[in-house]
Amino acid sequence: MTIRTEPRRTGSPVAPGTGAPDALLLHPGEIAPGRARTRGPLRREGPEKLTGEAKYADDLVFPGAWFGATVRSTQAHARLLGIDLGEDFDWSKVVVVTAADIPGENIVSLISDDQPVLVPVGGEIQHHAEPLVLIAAPDRETLRAAKRALTVRTEPLPPVFDPIASEHVFAHYEIEAGDLDAGFAGADLVLEGTYRVGHQEQLYIENNAMIAVPREDGGVTLHGSLQCPYYVHKALKRALALDDVRAQVIQAETGGGFGGKEEYPSILAIHAALLALKCRKPVRMIYDRHEDIAATTKRHPAIVSHRTGVKRDGTLVAQDIEIVMDGGAYSTLTPVVLSRGAIHAGGPYRCPNIRIRARATRTNTPPNGAFRGFGAPQTEFAAETHLNRLADALGIGPLDIRRRNVYRTGDTTPTGQVLLESVAGEEVLERGAEAAEFERLLERSARARTKAGGSRSSSPLATGPVRRASGIGLALAWHGAGFTGSGEVKLASVASVELTAAGQIRILTASTEMGQGTKTIFPQLVADALDVPYEAVEIAPQDTAFVPDSGPTVASRTAMVVGGLCIKAAERLRATVESATGGTFAATYRDHARQSGGVRIDQKFEPYPGVHFDDETYRGDAYPAFGWASCVAEVEVDLDTGEVAVTNVVAVDDVGRVIHETLAEGQVEGGTLQAIGYATIEEMKLHDGRYLNDRLATYLIPTALDAPRITAILVEAPFSGAPHRAKGVGELPMDVGAPAVVAAIHDATGAWIHELPATPERILAALGATTAAPSPTVPAGRRRVEGAIRAPIDEGTDPRPDAPTDPQPLRGPQK
Amino acid sequence: MNIRLLVNGSPVELDVPGMRRLLDVLREDLGLTGTKEGCGEGECGACSVILDGQVVDACLVPMSQVDGSTVRTVEGLARRPARSPDRRLDELQAAFLATGGAQCGICTPGMLMAARAYIDAGGGPDEDAIREAIAGNLCRCTGYTKIVEAIAQAATPQAEV
Repeated sequence: MTIRTEPRRTGSPVAPGTGAPDALLLHPGEIAPGRARTRGPLRREGPEKLTGEAKYADDLVFPGAWFGATVRSTQAHARLLGIDLGEDFDWSKVVVVTAADIPGENIVSLISDDQPVLVPVGGEIQHHAEPLVLIAAPDRETLRAAKRALTVRTEPLPPVFDPIASEHVFAHYEIEAGDLDAGFAGADLVLEGTYRVGHQEQLYIENNAMIAVPREDGGVTLHGSLQCPYYVHKALKRALALDDVRAQVIQAETGGGFGGKEEYPSILAIHAALLALKCRKPVRMIYDRHEDIAATTKRHPAIVSHRTGVKRDGTLVAQDIEIVMDGGAYSTLTPVVLSRGAIHAGGPYRCPNIRIRARATRTNTPPNGAFRGFGAPQTEFAAETHLNRLADALGIGPLDIRRRNVYRTGDTTPTGQVLLESVAGEEVLERGAEAAEFERLLERSARARTKAGGSRSSSPLATGPVRRASGIGLALAWHGAGFTGSGEVKLASVASVELTAAGQIRILTASTEMGQGTKTIFPQLVADALDVPYEAVEIAPQDTAFVPDSGPTVASRTAMVVGGLCIKAAERLRATVESATGGTFAATYRDHARQSGGVRIDQKFEPYPGVHFDDETYRGDAYPAFGWASCVAEVEVDLDTGEVAVTNVVAVDDVGRVIHETLAEGQVEGGTLQAIGYATIEEMKLHDGRYLNDRLATYLIPTALDAPRITAILVEAPFSGAPHRAKGVGELPMDVGAPAVVAAIHDATGAWIHELPATPERILAALGATTAAPSPTVPAGRRRVEGAIRAPIDEGTDPRPDAPTDPQPLRGPQK
Repeated sequence: MNIRLLVNGSPVELDVPGMRRLLDVLREDLGLTGTKEGCGEGECGACSVILDGQVVDACLVPMSQVDGSTVRTVEGLARRPARSPDRRLDELQAAFLATGGAQCGICTPGMLMAARAYIDAGGGPDEDAIREAIAGNLCRCTGYTKIVEAIAQAATPQAEV
């Protein structure tokens, strides 16, 4: 494997002295010119975004458009008894849509058919903010008045908020390898721990937005902010009883997604379409921030329990892991999120004896769904924090325990997948440790602790001269590239490259641009394959009337899977033209097109050679390849307030092959900061199934001042199954940031945080617990914790008197 | 009420309710949709514009406060020579394009206006000062690294030729 790229900057990300670049002169609609190959071309749609010309959904103007609104449940669980239209409002001025108006099936089509478009009268409301009634009006004031004049009658039902107590299971998996009992019998130390993570909001800066325009043929055209045009298309067809043509979905410029616009836009599109078809006008449904946070999907909360056996030298011999995820009120993508979480739950480590049991259950809270990382950040936070606690208990370093256990080529994963190539865990680990000077800084914080009083413990109540502590932490992760298991085979994605009769080269895919760079790298890959300039290749709009179904823009699959299809299509186009003309494609394609007409190549996904997975037994190659990531984080903890500042981060990500260095670094930097937010400040608080902090004033994400300096290092361990050798990048950094930050907090304070985010309250509580019961030294001799793993159902509080490491803060039972 | 103001150098006269938000007037009455709405309560900075030299959140500014004011939006950054369809990105926009400072682009107009105000007020390529200047503008895509780099590039005085 090779490491091709180094960070272009060391230390400060700012490179003063380079001077401002020359101003660019661009014609409207002109493509930004390419740069030298090593830099990659400039972002294709960059000039429009920088001048304000780019049209996001709310920027689109449809004369005579009405405004749509959703009447939502204010209860977590209830029966809808009736909908009453007040007598002192003129209802002829507006249109009202209820479940009775749905021409097709009252189902938001995805994996399970459990989520209704609107709760029908007599039906059960399953969560707060669930859609009950839709209203459209010609202006906002009338719309508000209509909303006020409408009331719903309900009968409360008992809600379930505890995912462990819930008996409604959306999905469950069990993955086993080796002999768990034999593994534990051979262990020198057994350590248990339970880790919890809460909701996280994607917080794209553009809220969910959709505009429906009725068509003359009785159908409807949707313009919206979305990741997956064909998910929306499928859902529209089913709920509105439309055919392929009469349901049309067009992606507007999309202001961030991160998974939050994977499945959610389907229900919003159906709502807007129902209103538009009833009032025969275009209908705008643009969520404000409050509605977006209150009603749309979040990252799944999870409770992950580990029981792990290790040898004295740190070798893992047994892992028993139990995962419970909170799916919220409807299934959405939960089975797949849980599956990815389960497969990644052991971390990127070889362990011969392993059992992973995972279940996701229903609670009466808004449905949880896709968010960058898709289940893996939850389980890998637990795996990494637990491994760091093991290292601590054994008295060996966090780097050494990873060196000992990290997967190497030829190792076998819990699903029985033999890692044959593109295995770069060790490489990213060493690169991260080296670039961050991990071992030197670890020694420095140890010296600082000694100087501060010879103890790692620092109670906020103790008096001492040192009120701030700094520390460094490290984490390692793996992330399967593309869909899980046989997902890609079932998707059977198609991407097309067309040479038009006018001599234009055009890429047709449904893969959307949401900031990550699809519209830049696809033309780049196709231009390379055809040996033509980047500017010669166009990319068609993401419009279901024109582009084939290339699958959803999710799962870090766009560059690897769809990018690979684009290259193969381009290679076939090149061969077709060159065999006809006898010349090179670049020299002959224009004349060939004019003389012989256009050519379009549709490239369908073909299974990666040698990759097999059995969905029934959960055995086999869970992913065609894995990406590997490490993160080293430095923190400063205020010992008086418990506040954490993440000051410096080195993020190392193996992406197979770098297609566009600037864009790939952008993915690493942005994903890393989302992970730091997850680790430190991003917390959804719930009361009776309702998000309490459902505004941007109360749900906080990192600002430029909270953000550390992030040094992104890209590692290349090529994947031979893809023509360009690329794997994914989008989700990798999300898996690894939070455990690195928590490890750094421990290095600074001696306290282990078992629950994300590591808020000041949790840190102060942990500091208090640490002082009360200082951590033991290295265990002397063979030491075991007997007893079976305690099911998470018993875990109201976490600390165990028999735990061999420092006890955890006392916490009350979770609501 | 009757309001006169200068928007991107052009005089504008409007008869609008005094409490109508500057953001809505820009986007809906004047068609300047480059200025975005992210939260409507002054937290995200996506609607940042320069009002009489100060960067403000246009969602928090009622029209009654801007009579006689000068407003600059993202549409006023790129220079467009008279009678020419060409546009010339200013050095800040060019730096964002070159460094990768814009990803999804929804925070970009506000970010550019906050950075423009910073540079116009004499701000230089100091990282901490740049981070302070854009602390009111949330970005969820970039981790801010390349945005800070872009602003530093644009804020670096060009050597005399």
